[in-house]
Amino acid sequence: MVIEKARIESIQKLSNYYYLIEVFSPLIAKEIKPGQFCNIKVTDTNYPLLRRPFSICDVDANKLIFVFDVHGEGTKILSSKKKGDELDILGPLGNGFTIEGKYDLAILIGGGIGTAPFPYLTKKISSDVDIISFIGGRTKEHLIKYQMKNIHLATDDGSEGFHGTIIDLFKMELKNFINKKIRIFACGPTPMLKALQQISLEQNLDCQLSVECAMACGFGICQGCPIEKSNGDGYYLVCKDGPIFDADKILF
Amino acid sequence: MDFKVKIGSLTLKNPILLASGTVGYGNEIAEFIDLSKIGGIVTKSISLKPRKGNPPQRICETPSGMLNAIGLANVGVEIFLKEKIPFLKNLNTTIICNIAASTIEEYVECTKILNEEESIAAFEINVSCPNVKEGGLEFGNNLEAVGRITEKVKSVTNKPVIIKLSPNVSRISDFAKVVKDNGGDAVSAINTLVGTSFNIWTRKPKIKNITGGLSGPAIKPIALAKVLEISRNVDIPIIGIGGIMDWKDVVEFMIVGASAVQLGTVNFVNPYASIEILDGLKNYCEKMSIKKISDLTASYIL
Ligand SMILES: Cc1cc2nc3c(=O)[nH]c(=O)nc-3n(C[C@H](O)[C@H](O)[C@H](O)COP(=O)(O)OP(=O)(O)OC[C@H]3O[C@@H](n4cnc5c(N)ncnc54)[C@H](O)[C@@H]3O)c2cc1C
Ligand SMILES: Cc1cc2nc3c(=O)[nH]c(=O)nc-3n(C[C@H](O)[C@H](O)[C@H](O)COP(=O)(O)O)c2cc1C
Ligand code: FES
Repeated sequence: MVIEKARIESIQKLSNYYYLIEVFSPLIAKEIKPGQFCNIKVTDTNYPLLRRPFSICDVDANKLIFVFDVHGEGTKILSSKKKGDELDILGPLGNGFTIEGKYDLAILIGGGIGTAPFPYLTKKISSDVDIISFIGGRTKEHLIKYQMKNIHLATDDGSEGFHGTIIDLFKMELKNFINKKIRIFACGPTPMLKALQQISLEQNLDCQLSVECAMACGFGICQGCPIEKSNGDGYYLVCKDGPIFDADKILF
Repeated sequence: MDFKVKIGSLTLKNPILLASGTVGYGNEIAEFIDLSKIGGIVTKSISLKPRKGNPPQRICETPSGMLNAIGLANVGVEIFLKEKIPFLKNLNTTIICNIAASTIEEYVECTKILNEEESIAAFEINVSCPNVKEGGLEFGNNLEAVGRITEKVKSVTNKPVIIKLSPNVSRISDFAKVVKDNGGDAVSAINTLVGTSFNIWTRKPKIKNITGGLSGPAIKPIALAKVLEISRNVDIPIIGIGGIMDWKDVVEFMIVGASAVQLGTVNFVNPYASIEILDGLKNYCEKMSIKKISDLTASYIL
């Protein structure tokens, strides 16, 4: 964990809603793993006060790549940054996906901006493993296809791909993979993760969920980011024990 | 340059402490900074039994501040002594143990047990947490209760006892006076202010507990006014807390009456803050030809 003053190398619009930002950040780039995140200070003033968490989207040598949506004040400021500006980045944070182990097929399921951590994950999954990506979004403008492999799409409004949620599509296609040894990696809005959790518990699937929640510190000192343990024994901290959890470990 | 400060009988190597609840038990922040450089660390409020804390959502951001309703999540006295103290005692910094309780007996019981642990230099008694149903704020609001807690806790320890005051009262200096009259060694001011925030689209509160404690730069002017009020009315050492972000804020707190300060929310945003602040203070003292930093305390000119 370090704080790095990182220079912006490029910032571009991926769609009407999403931006891609590339920063020169060699210390963090060297360390960070898929599924981990960084906490970015978007101004050097006290407003907005807290850092914002963003998943690592990709790493290119010394560069970190993030994808973000303009959500509120902080991400609006981020979207107005220019090449050459500096960002104050704290990372790497969180546990990251567990890639190790034996499986023949990795199924990546992303909803909206939840697809953000998958490009780097795709890169890091062993080349012996097949990858299928299920990408969902509200409209076709909410689909992030950047660097993804073997893509299946769904939109809520039917503007591209399957008309419905990405979990509906996944459910329909699941029977085609069930004879393989699969591992599911998912990130997206809580209702999506909850639906997927239910399926994976019913069918006993190997499934990791990347959970989102409001955070103050991002590294375990504020206790602000609890998620209930499924065994009834209190809470995990999303920032430190997560953001990735096995689907059977948590209660939404 | 002399950076040492005294809080009653307690001597700190410098006036920078890390505030309870904003550094856990020290280990995470130790990845960023050398804790032996700072004046001390105030541990997360410990209660007799472990507390799970409040359900999410526990925090939300506000203009230049944040609301929290963590609900005193902590490991309890037993695990604290077994698992957390070994790390803390090796740090070569002053450990102040913060205690929270639902009854006066529980404060006393906790203090008695923790008093045995040599590496704990002093106790900070939290009578002012706004986020728990029992005790907490009700104590902090009640002059007689604060007096009784001070007296009872003092009667079971020879270590310095600091009472952490609530700002959610009309005259905080009355509480400081009660602490002094009952043998308390110092006061910490302030704990968080009660606040709330609602989502305008769902009309629901943003944190599950409905209200939370407001901290961060948003509360600094209030905290300064409370420290000044105590300083002008009661002769007792004050540890200033509330919205400190940099060395200038520390100087301001000391001028209005603080002998030392605690850093809270800033640790979340900038875990290096305490070390940067020490450097800033050194430069300031050089520039101002201040030989002893304690000379700043209550040096206000009205
Ligand atoms: C581990 C993790 C990884 C994330 N990765 C990405 C990513 O790669 N790309 C991306 O666009 N977004 C990501 N998010 C969500 C992103 O952090 C929020 O959208 C962002 O903080 C919103 O800030 P704002 O100032 O624009 O919004 P505001 O609504 O003005 O923010 C106010 C406060 O709420 C918090 N907050 C608001 N929305 C969220 C949210 N959805 N999740 C968590 N906190 C929130 C903010 O951090 C801030 O403290 C991630 C969140 C987490 C927890
Ligand atoms: C997330 C959080 C948790 C806190 N937990 C405690 C606690 O357990 N005990 C306590 O006495 N104060 C607690 N506090 C209050 C702080 O110690 C401090 O008094 C307050 O945050 C004001 O300082 P600041 O503005 O610098 O943060 C907590 C504050 C925050 C933000
Ligand atoms: S965000 Fe502070 S503990 Fe998780």
